[in-house]
Amino acid sequence: MIDHGAVFLARLQFAFTLGFHIVFPAFSIGLASYLAVLEALWLRSGRQVFLDLFHYWIKIFAIGFAMGVVSGVVMSYQFGTNWGSFSDKTGPVLGPLLGYEVLTAFFLESGFLGVMLFGMERVGRGLHFLATCLVALGTLISAFWILSANSWMQTPAGFTTTADGRFLPADWLAVIFNPSFPYRLAHMVLATYLSVAFLVGAVGAFHLLRDRANEAARVMVSMALWMALIVAPLQVLVGDQHGLNTLLHQPAKVAAMEGDWLDPAPGAGEPLVLFGWPDDDKAANLHEIAIPHLGSLILTHSWTGAIKGLRDWAPADRPPVPVVFFAFRIMVGLGLLMVGVGLLGAWLRWRGQLYQAAWFHRIQVAMAPAGFIALLTGWMVTEVGRQPYTVYGMLRTIDSASPIGLPGVAISLAGFAIVYFIVYGAGIAILLREMARPPVPGEPSAPRSPTRAAGLMPGPAGAIEDIPPTAAE
Amino acid sequence: MAYALPLIWAALLAFAILAYVVLDGFDLGVGILFLVEHREDDRDLMMNSVAPVWDGNETWLVLGGGGLFAVFPLAYATLMPALYPAIIGMLLALVFRGVAFEFRFKARTRTSRRMWNIAFAGGSTVAALCQGLALGALVQGIHIIGRGYGGGWWDWVTGFTILCGIAVVIGYALLGATWLIWRTEGELQARARRHARALGVAVLALIVVISLWTPMLNPRFSARWFGWPEILLTSPVPILTALLAWGFWHGLSRRHDAAPFLCVLGWFVLCFIGLGISLFPYIVPPDLTIWQAAAPPASQGFLLVGAVVLVPIILAYTGYAYWVFRGKIRPGMHYH
Repeated sequence: MIDHGAVFLARLQFAFTLGFHIVFPAFSIGLASYLAVLEALWLRSGRQVFLDLFHYWIKIFAIGFAMGVVSGVVMSYQFGTNWGSFSDKTGPVLGPLLGYEVLTAFFLESGFLGVMLFGMERVGRGLHFLATCLVALGTLISAFWILSANSWMQTPAGFTTTADGRFLPADWLAVIFNPSFPYRLAHMVLATYLSVAFLVGAVGAFHLLRDRANEAARVMVSMALWMALIVAPLQVLVGDQHGLNTLLHQPAKVAAMEGDWLDPAPGAGEPLVLFGWPDDDKAANLHEIAIPHLGSLILTHSWTGAIKGLRDWAPADRPPVPVVFFAFRIMVGLGLLMVGVGLLGAWLRWRGQLYQAAWFHRIQVAMAPAGFIALLTGWMVTEVGRQPYTVYGMLRTIDSASPIGLPGVAISLAGFAIVYFIVYGAGIAILLREMARPPVPGEPSAPRSPTRAAGLMPGPAGAIEDIPPTAAE
Repeated sequence: MAYALPLIWAALLAFAILAYVVLDGFDLGVGILFLVEHREDDRDLMMNSVAPVWDGNETWLVLGGGGLFAVFPLAYATLMPALYPAIIGMLLALVFRGVAFEFRFKARTRTSRRMWNIAFAGGSTVAALCQGLALGALVQGIHIIGRGYGGGWWDWVTGFTILCGIAVVIGYALLGATWLIWRTEGELQARARRHARALGVAVLALIVVISLWTPMLNPRFSARWFGWPEILLTSPVPILTALLAWGFWHGLSRRHDAAPFLCVLGWFVLCFIGLGISLFPYIVPPDLTIWQAAAPPASQGFLLVGAVVLVPIILAYTGYAYWVFRGKIRPGMHYH
């Protein structure tokens, strides 16, 4: 018995919990690498500003990491609670990939995180730097395995199936390095770096607007704009290649991204739909504005190349078009904006006005969430575009769910919604508060301890305003 | 291989779950003790004593979930829906208490600090309770139809499961109290000794009741425990438990720092062995054995290669991380 309402809520629950989760690992991947770079620069140059920045960002990193850990523990059980049938069928293939993620990445990150956060005075500089690098490496290894697993669901390879519909591994290398994996991994890792670069740039710009002489803020703006200049265009190229790979393996997803319902007349080429309102029921776009031939140029790198339109698939085999269509446009638009900011920054740097141009710093502040929004919408494109399958072309979403009734899924969804809004609302408020505080020379590594012992970095005690340390509740 | 691999993996996963129970057990226990320790400076110390290690401890839970998915997918696919409310409750509770580590120290007002104290204490307690309920529900048996859960919405709430839930809360609190005896000094340590004394009595009583109740749930369990010659192998478990009880009280009254913690650790290990004796070879009693739930040898073998290499390395650097933060925790050690 299939309960369509329960399956829809189960999808919503997975999307909701993963949507909240994905931001924080992305934050951790990008920021861990940035912290490793900062510590390396400090160790090489001995310049205080790099250590200040390291201490400034590590406090923010700790909060983001904790939110990533707790929402990640939820994810490791979400496959089983609402998607038991999927787990039973794909466990032999996907399970070991996740198992390797835990063994090679999660333990590495959490094992050395304590040393990275609190151990500078206990282990010395060399070992501390090693711990930072191992945490950064752990975040990247984690991306490797989880994207391999995700890519296998998009472009399954290296498996056989049993009569009762279970997937068995046949060739592990083919499973891990399935056709879409290299593109997705490159696209995602660059996305995390870009997201963090724009966040760091925005924080630097925010503090430059208040104090032009703040050296740490200058370094942030400068480093972030180098990243934007190099990585944003690179991301456009990688995204293009990823798109071509998707066209090869999941043409219906690309048709949904483009809002392409019909096959073009021979020689006419594909138009590029700039705007429109895709209507799943009418199988057409309303109010469409399109540029002839540009679609062919982008998708096939030729003038008249054609792709299959959505009407070539039965309605039951099409993904929900509007979500994919709009999310794709938001992602691409933000990507192009990020390229623009990188170029503008380079021009200002060349003119020697990088730290004076207040109008540009306001743009940077406005672009603070750009990378994260692009990442989330990109994830919506790829996951909603995979529908109506969980394992593309092989296992339908409707056949993947647990036998949990509608009330059960609804109550747990409500529970997640309430808890996540409280916890992540508070977390984001604390993150914003930390980032609104300017980095200072001699930035303490832990400003809010109630009392401080003499350490490597003597700093302000940072008392908690209205709480005496011995207050009882 | 099809015979040996599930056995090896059952042992490895049992080890992972035991590692989770004792490691996260003491840091959840420290959270539970927030309910009875009211001074904010003591709470700072308590939290700082586990702050550098808690997320490493929780990673064993992820290994338990991910490992089950990988090597016993049918057990994962049936247990999670069967234990649905307990699992979801545990996850939500862990969210609260996990972020409380960061948020509590960032609190600027009395109200927000109070809120994160409640989140930490409440989250730790509810997570422990849900784990106990899930454990009890597993032991009393899961109803399976075909390849899915076939039982009802409330199967996990019975007298037995509630008792198990309470036992896990009290047991973790005891682990937390003995951890504090080890890692703190002065008045906080003295109060932790008093807590440990009371909790120790409660835990022993609960161990006895649950140990006698469990064999009554399933004739296979009682044959395993009281049959002949099985009793030759099973009788050391209660005998060792009694010996450890002596060590525990001796350690408490002689004011040993580490001995009470290690004895309680021993109790947890023995209870876990006892659980294994009852259940083996069933992973989802009363119907599903480890061989029936196992992933094919190609999956189990592939992950085993990694586990054999990586688990010793993980244990080594986890041990190193504990070593770095060894010793008594004192005010002003700013782990935040």
